[in-house]
Amino acid sequence: MSLPKEEVEKIANLAKIALTESEISMYTKQLSDILDFVEQMNTVDTTDIIPMAHPLDATARLREDVVSESDQRDHFQNIAPQIENGLYLVPQVIE
Amino acid sequence: MTWEVVIGLEIHAQLATKSKIFSGAATAYGAEPNTQACTVDLGMPGVLPVINSEAVRMAAKFGLAIGAEVAQRSVFARKNYFYPDLPKGYQISQFELPVVKQGQVQVEVDGEEKTIGITRAHLEEDAGKSSHGDFQGLTGIDLNRAGTPLLEIVSEPDMRSPKEAIAYMKKIHSLVRYLEICDGNMQEGSFRCDANISLRPKGQQELGTRTELKNLNSFRFVERALNLEIERQIDVLESDNKVVQETRLYDSDKNETRSMRSKEEANDYRYFHDPDLLPLIIEPEFLEQVTTTLPELPDAKTQRFVNQYNLSSYDASSLTSSRELADYFEQVVEKSGSEAKLCANWVIGDLSAFLNKNNLDITESKVESGKLAGMLQRISDNTISGKIAKKVFSAMWDSGDDADVIIDKKGLKQVTDSGAIEKIIDEVINNNPKQLEEYRGGKEKVFGFFVGQVMKASKGKANPKQVNELLKQKLI
Repeated sequence: MSLPKEEVEKIANLAKIALTESEISMYTKQLSDILDFVEQMNTVDTTDIIPMAHPLDATARLREDVVSESDQRDHFQNIAPQIENGLYLVPQVIE
Repeated sequence: MTWEVVIGLEIHAQLATKSKIFSGAATAYGAEPNTQACTVDLGMPGVLPVINSEAVRMAAKFGLAIGAEVAQRSVFARKNYFYPDLPKGYQISQFELPVVKQGQVQVEVDGEEKTIGITRAHLEEDAGKSSHGDFQGLTGIDLNRAGTPLLEIVSEPDMRSPKEAIAYMKKIHSLVRYLEICDGNMQEGSFRCDANISLRPKGQQELGTRTELKNLNSFRFVERALNLEIERQIDVLESDNKVVQETRLYDSDKNETRSMRSKEEANDYRYFHDPDLLPLIIEPEFLEQVTTTLPELPDAKTQRFVNQYNLSSYDASSLTSSRELADYFEQVVEKSGSEAKLCANWVIGDLSAFLNKNNLDITESKVESGKLAGMLQRISDNTISGKIAKKVFSAMWDSGDDADVIIDKKGLKQVTDSGAIEKIIDEVINNNPKQLEEYRGGKEKVFGFFVGQVMKASKGKANPKQVNELLKQKLI
């Protein structure tokens, strides 16, 4: 199965990855190969198989509802490019 | 063309845990920006999420309350999108395997019962808050809210009018508060709602194209926004255009909805199982334990109030709209020993009116249940009339005094001495010969005039029943 080039561009855009023309053609080929492999797996009858949610055969450990973190804002904001009044500043996201 | 409205709601209820769903940072509202955002909430490299057991317990509690199956195994997924209020670049949510499966609630609209299906409810983390406009060309980000546990409750498209949507939303609101899993504070955003709405020609099976309305943070806004959107969609459809599937923002200042973004593009969330989290297993023993913590739920309480106190279902459901109000009512009944209907009337009537006027919750009432009970006893034993009681209540609200103190101080004790009442009646009759003539000439309406005059002359203190009886005798 061959993935259209536009589809690769769209995925790259959604993932916020900039690709060059040669990378686009490389990934188009690689992603198409992966889809071919999935196609091959699709031929296997999986009717009675519970989909695997995690490669480890273990279940989640839960934590108690306790506040265990103290305020380390100054520490974290030391490495932030821009801050003001305790807020992290980022390029404006709406017009 | 007659159009049928189809509405489904997605309600986000913030779970009332102390710490976040995947980190040990505090969730308290109103803290200084970013003082409750730890490395996990900030999406720092190398950190791992660990699930808060209390959030799981609360979700299970909700599931049990709506008669849903609580999934023995549920899975967390990453919902990928880029927005600075979510530094990881994805929101941890649940997708194919939510913790709460299909359930339902009953709502009442215009006296008719209706079942609204709930498709699912799943656990997820809230995002941070962005503030625009305060900084030139920049957006400020506060991540205190990031990672607060949310239960997203998704309804079936079962509602056919904004009224039904509000009834359903109020039902869920009351339910989460009964269950003590969410404080329901809509102003602080603890209880939020998005609405999906579409129209179709009446009789058609297939659903029309829907729009999603966001930013609906009060019951009134939900109703207004839905009504606006219905009008807008009718206009579009009747001018032979097509409704575009999109997200629309409700602007309460301008009272309009406007397009936010095209949904097709934004909806490409590329969900996948979060490899950082193992499947969540809820053991039957855990569920059994949660079951024992379920309180009496609104529907059961309403039914009990109808049976036990002989109230109308309208009164009963008003009283059970919140657990605290229902408790208050039962305390008044118990402490006053008065007729339940009288207690209900006062709680739903004057007390609620005073609370509304002062924007207070029942838990903040200036008249506590024991004091109201004390006043109701004075109505029951005929010390004061219902009309005078309104004055007493108002004075109790302002001063915090007991009813007896106020009745005494203001001399509001009802006059039940028939000799005294007769004396007033005689005076009123003597002073109003014209009306007397009219009444005796067959104009029976004038009777009300005499009652009014006598009550006025007694400063409202005469027992109204006695006044009626004595007047009838005297006027003949």
